[in-house]
Amino acid sequence: MEKSHLTVKNLVMYYRTLKGEVKAVDDVSFSLPRGETVAVIGESGCGKSSLARSIIRLLPRNVSTYKGVILFNNLNLIELEEEFFTRDVRWVKITYVPQAALNSLNPVIKIGDQMVEPLILRQKMDKHEALDKAAKTLRRVGISENFIHRYPFELSGGMKQRIIIAMSLLTNPELMILDEPTSSLDVLTQANIMNLLKNIRKDLKLSMIFITHDVSLSSELADKIAVMYAGQVVEFNDANTFYHDPKHPYSQKLMESVPTLRTEKKLDFIPGAPPSLLNLPKGCRFAERCPYAFDRCVKDPPLIYVNENFYVKCWLYVRG
Amino acid sequence: MLALREGIVVNASLLNVEGLRKYFEVRRGFFGKREYIRAVDGVSLTLNKGEAISIVGESGCGKTTLGKTILRLYEPTDGRIIFASKNVTHLSWKELKWYRRETGLVQQDPFGALPSFMTVKRILEEPLIIHGVKDRRERDKRVYKALEQVKLTPVEDFIGKYPHMLSGGQQQRLVIARAIILEPKLIIADEPVSMLDASVRIEILKLLQKLQKDYELGIIYITHDLSTTRYFSEKICIMYAGHMVESAETRRILANPLHPYTRALLNVIPDPDPSNRFIIKNVPAGEPPNLLNPPTGCRFNPRCESMMKGICNVKEPPIIEVNRNHYVKCWLYGRT
Repeated sequence: MEKSHLTVKNLVMYYRTLKGEVKAVDDVSFSLPRGETVAVIGESGCGKSSLARSIIRLLPRNVSTYKGVILFNNLNLIELEEEFFTRDVRWVKITYVPQAALNSLNPVIKIGDQMVEPLILRQKMDKHEALDKAAKTLRRVGISENFIHRYPFELSGGMKQRIIIAMSLLTNPELMILDEPTSSLDVLTQANIMNLLKNIRKDLKLSMIFITHDVSLSSELADKIAVMYAGQVVEFNDANTFYHDPKHPYSQKLMESVPTLRTEKKLDFIPGAPPSLLNLPKGCRFAERCPYAFDRCVKDPPLIYVNENFYVKCWLYVRG
Repeated sequence: MLALREGIVVNASLLNVEGLRKYFEVRRGFFGKREYIRAVDGVSLTLNKGEAISIVGESGCGKTTLGKTILRLYEPTDGRIIFASKNVTHLSWKELKWYRRETGLVQQDPFGALPSFMTVKRILEEPLIIHGVKDRRERDKRVYKALEQVKLTPVEDFIGKYPHMLSGGQQQRLVIARAIILEPKLIIADEPVSMLDASVRIEILKLLQKLQKDYELGIIYITHDLSTTRYFSEKICIMYAGHMVESAETRRILANPLHPYTRALLNVIPDPDPSNRFIIKNVPAGEPPNLLNPPTGCRFNPRCESMMKGICNVKEPPIIEVNRNHYVKCWLYGRT
C-alpha cells in the first residue's frame, strides 16, 4: 500500500451569515496517495469549492468553525503558523487554480510579468532568472515562450487556461487543486486541457484534487472519486469500481442522470432539490430524496469503511 | 403544376429554412471600412410538425444567431424562412405579432430571462395581455394550465412567488411555461439546461420531450453538448463557423459520423469510464476561425486532418447527400 500524500480527517468549515451558520464542509475525510488524483464531484452548492479552499486555508472572512486534521507530508496544515504556511505551502507545495481563474489575468500586464510575481516576491529570485523559468514553464504547457511578452487580451480562453496552469506549476508543487478548470471552455479546448493535465501529472508525478460537476469529465483524470452532497462526502471510492458500481443511493441516482454518447441507457433524474446548507435536516441529508429511505435514516449515518480507500455514508450498508 | 408541387413540399413540414444568412456589420473607427461578421452563412433545414431537432456546435459557431434569426428576432440578410406554408422572412411588424404567437423561446439563463420584479402569475399573464386575452378568468385558467403542464404544482404555492424564490430548475420550468402559454407550434430552446445541475438537466429535457409529444410541438434544441441530443432529438445538425457541416438522423450521425469535424467532436466527448484517464485524445489543432475573415474554401480546412490541398482551401464544399437524408458539406464525399 502506497503511503498517503494528503489525508483529510473530520474536516469542518462553517461560516456565519446574517441568515445563520452555513455548514459548507461538514466532517469530511479522505486520503490521497502520492501521484494520484481524486475527483470531487457533486452539484452546485454542495461544498466542493469550500472543501478546496479549506485545504489551502483560504477561508471566508466570516468563518466560524474550522477544525479537523489535514495531513500533508505528515504536517498538520491546520495547526501550521500562517507565516510558515504562506512561505512553504500555499502556492508553493500546494497550488490552487480557482474557478474561472482565466478571467482574473490582468489584461494590461504582460504575461511574463504576471507569471513571475510570486517567484520574485516570495522566493526572492531575480527577475531575469524568474522570466527564464516562466518561459520554460510556458513551453511545458504547449505555449511558445515568446508569449511572455504578449498581453492576456490577445489570447483565447484555452490559451489563458494554459497560462494559469503554467503559473500554478512555477513553484514545482506536489499537489494541485483544480476547481472546474474547463467549465467555461469549448468541447475541443476542454479535451486539449485534459490532455495537458494528464501529461503533466504523469511527468511531474503530481497529486491532484480535481473539482467538477461533470461526472463524465471526472473520469478523464480520477483515480479516486469523492461524491459530495450537502457539505459531506457521502461516498469515497476507487474510480475503477465507482463508474460501474456506485454504492451510495445519491451516487447511483447521479450516475443515472448522466447521458452517455456511446451506449444506450435509461436516463432518470432526482426529484426535489438538495437541502440548504443553512438549514440541514437531521439524520441523512439525502433521505428525503432517497428511494431507499427507511426508519433508521432519521439518524446520521456512520461512515462504513470497506477498506482504507473506500467508504459509504449510508445506513443501507450497516449490518444488524 | 409548379404551385401544386410547392404546396406539397410546404405542407409536409412546419418550418423550412433555405440558404439563410445573417451578417452583422462592423466598422473599425468612424470612417473605417464596413466589414461583415458572417455569423450564419447559407444554412438550410427542415422541421416537421411535432419533431425535435438539435443544432450542435461550439461557442461562436452561429447556432444562437441561427435560432434568433429563425424567430425573426434578427432580420435575415438573405435566404428564406417558411413557417406553416407562410413566408415569414420579411414580415412587417404588424404581421410579426402572429408569428410571435406561433413561436416561443427558452433561453439559457433562466434567472436572467425572468423579470425579477414580477410574480409568477404576472410573468405568465404578460404574453396573454399583449396578445389580447381580455377576459381575466380566461387568463387565470390559462396560467393555471401552463403551470400544471410544466409541473409547477400545487399551482397555488408558486403563483404568488418571485423568480428569486425558485430553484434553478423551477425557474427554467417557468420560462418554459411562458414560452408555451400562447400554444405555439415551434419552440426554440437555446442551451436550456447548460446552467443547471446534472440531475435537474434530465428533468427539464424530459419535460420538453413530453410537451413535444403531447402537443405536437416542434422543438429546435440548440446545444454544445452532443451527449444529451441522443436522448432528446430525432435529428442532429452540426454547425461550424457559420456553416452547417453535417445533418442526419441522430442514430445515424452517432454511429457513422462523416464530417471530420463531427468525428473530432464525437471522439473527445467522454463517457464515464475509468479507462479514459490513461488515454491521450486526438484533438484537431488550432481554434475556430474569426467570422470576419473566415478561411476560403471549407472553413474547417486549416484544422482538418484529411485536408486536400488545392481543393479544400480553394472552393467551398457543396452539400452532399451521402446516404438517404444524411447530408455533409465536405469535399471528401464528392467532387465536381
